[in-house]
Amino acid sequence: MVPIGHYIFLSVALLAIGIVGIVTRRNVIIILMSIELILNAVNINLVAFSRLVGSVEGQIFAIFIITDAAAEAAVGLGIIIAFFRNRETVLADEMDILKW
Amino acid sequence: MTPQLVIFLVLAAIAIAGAVNVILQRHPIHSAISLISVMIALAGLFLLLESEFIAVVQIIVYAGAIMVLFVFVIMLLNAGAEERTNMSRMARYAGVPLAIFLLIELAYQIGAAALSMTPQPLAEDVTRRLSMLLFQDFVFPFELTSILILIAILGALVLAQRGESVPAKGGPKTIT
Amino acid sequence: MFPPRQDVLRLMPEIILSLSGILLMLIEPFLSGARRTLIVTLAALGSGLALVSTIYPATLPGTAFSGLLRIDGFSVFVHVVVEAVAFLVIIGSADYLDREKIQHGEYYALVLFATVGMCVMAGAAELMTAFVGLETSSISTYILAGYRRDVPRSNESAMKYFLLGSFATAFFLYGIALLYGATGTTQLARMTFPTTPGRERLLDLGLGLMLVGLAFKIAAAPFQLWTPDVYEGAPTPVTALMASGPKAAAFALLLRILATVGAAGTFWFWALWVSAALTMFVGNLAAIAQSNVKRMLAYSSISHAGYILVALAAAAASDQVELGVAAVLYYLAVYALMKLGAFIFVSQLGGESERHMEIDDFRGLAVRQPVAAACFALFLLSLLGLPVTSGFLGKFYIFNAALASRLIWLAVLLAINTVIAAFYYLRVIVVMYMRQPNQTWPPAPMPWAVTFVLSIAAAGTFYLGLFPGRVMALATQAALSLPGR
Repeated sequence: MVPIGHYIFLSVALLAIGIVGIVTRRNVIIILMSIELILNAVNINLVAFSRLVGSVEGQIFAIFIITDAAAEAAVGLGIIIAFFRNRETVLADEMDILKW
Repeated sequence: MTPQLVIFLVLAAIAIAGAVNVILQRHPIHSAISLISVMIALAGLFLLLESEFIAVVQIIVYAGAIMVLFVFVIMLLNAGAEERTNMSRMARYAGVPLAIFLLIELAYQIGAAALSMTPQPLAEDVTRRLSMLLFQDFVFPFELTSILILIAILGALVLAQRGESVPAKGGPKTIT
Repeated sequence: MFPPRQDVLRLMPEIILSLSGILLMLIEPFLSGARRTLIVTLAALGSGLALVSTIYPATLPGTAFSGLLRIDGFSVFVHVVVEAVAFLVIIGSADYLDREKIQHGEYYALVLFATVGMCVMAGAAELMTAFVGLETSSISTYILAGYRRDVPRSNESAMKYFLLGSFATAFFLYGIALLYGATGTTQLARMTFPTTPGRERLLDLGLGLMLVGLAFKIAAAPFQLWTPDVYEGAPTPVTALMASGPKAAAFALLLRILATVGAAGTFWFWALWVSAALTMFVGNLAAIAQSNVKRMLAYSSISHAGYILVALAAAAASDQVELGVAAVLYYLAVYALMKLGAFIFVSQLGGESERHMEIDDFRGLAVRQPVAAACFALFLLSLLGLPVTSGFLGKFYIFNAALASRLIWLAVLLAINTVIAAFYYLRVIVVMYMRQPNQTWPPAPMPWAVTFVLSIAAAGTFYLGLFPGRVMALATQAALSLPGR
């Protein structure tokens, strides 16, 4: 069996990559994908921990997270479409009507 | 090196390479395809953890439905590649405190992971136990999720519908 | 398998809210013409009924759904606050939506669904349930922020809210995953505390990430930067909702987590201390510089989150946890009413497309609309914390809790901030009462629905300011019902 620590390490790596993506990219679609990366990192953690502690609660949680990711993606992409329709851009730093 | 460890390393390498590619690619469509490869690699890892159900859901819902939605929207908007990649404003404001936090976090995690924790064997059929728990003990959040999905449908409807109250300037905009 | 009858009764408010939301969506296609009244009436009825039906959970305390929900005085108190907010926001939105020509059933359905999520957050005794509740409330609010889909400001507000909100949720989730790894369960009551150092570290880390996620949601410094933009760009009635309801629910969840997982550690206490101090100063100092009243109120809501954090720090520092928790709950009720009233007033005064939000537009309002101006002045004075208003008593309880926990410095900072805040609140009042009215722009008269909401909020502000006894007793009871460690 692969030690659980390995999975946790992979999860942290994905979390770090996701955060770097969120703070460095300007295209909101890619920012959204980076958020999906973090959610995937959470899922690895949950499933790995569910093996570690020997309960399936973690896997149930993973199912909820996948469902939530679907809902979030649908709404997020809806917001992106509405934004694009008015502004013709998907770049985060062109969101400048309201001062940051 | 057990065969499982080899499989783990290969899949983890694919996942990390794919994830790095997601944030490096200039064009969103390339990022989306990299993200799909990450998800498939993760599904393999879930199989390795003997969590077949999650592995299947990962492929069907994540890679199959969510990513198709992404690809569809990218195609619809036909958003081009970014020219410059300087830090966004969000980077400065939200990112800096979080980046510091993350560094501390990473250091901690590696320490924690070093305590090679070994998984416990699962005797029973996991998927069976999963379904029992999901429809008995966790039936409340399960039902609440249906409201969540309803909200998502409403949201897509409300946000992406073409405006009817204000006529679009000069007819429908061509998306370029 | 059908859940036991008792559990269904305990869940009555949530069931009524969800069903009325679904009903609204179902009947909307069949309505045309003079449909507005019916939709608003139905939505208001739904939230009002939910408010009344809170009597069921109030009389049936206990855990429901195999320990996922905990119905106690605490959850009932927060239920009442968020349901009252939903009721008032629904009535207060009707005229705004008419004016902007976006009067649809979906808006009300989303407000009702968001309230379901907040109610669940208040009663969650398990982290999965808390998470689904949090997302139900957050995702509906993202959509509501972008509800004026043809207006770039609203798009931008929704986009920023969505990106930072999902980022915060992802952190929150990562924290839960680590907590699960450390304790082996997601049920707050069943968590056993790890003894091995590796797992202890996971627990601390998980708790930290969860707190970061929630700090985003309550707009605590240094995670508050999204607030002014999002509040300014969203439709004003939605801002009224965002500033009062979800914030109360997020504080409730924070309290539940801290109470069970334990904030006794000195690190968490100092994190709360620093965040409270920072949040107060950041909010108040930035508010002074604003000329747009809506944006000023947004900054002021950041500073109020700081005041509530003072009470939280007080609860974390002392043995008498209930003193701090009761102060948090009382302030949440007080704050929800006055903030909601202020934003609803601004939403009406702003006129078409929210054009009149500058402080200059408020000139001489006392002559033009004496009653409404008096209400607004009352809300501002209460936000400032003048005696007789509820804001004073709310601050007094926070002070009291801080002093009881010997947080002298935090109490001093709170006092300094109240003085700073006086600048910008009084400036608006001076402009309304002492300047000549603006000749070119006569504000439209207040519709009855808005007047109704304003008078309820004003009456509540007076009631909580003059007769705190009953509500404070309930808040103390609620604080005592919170399961400790």
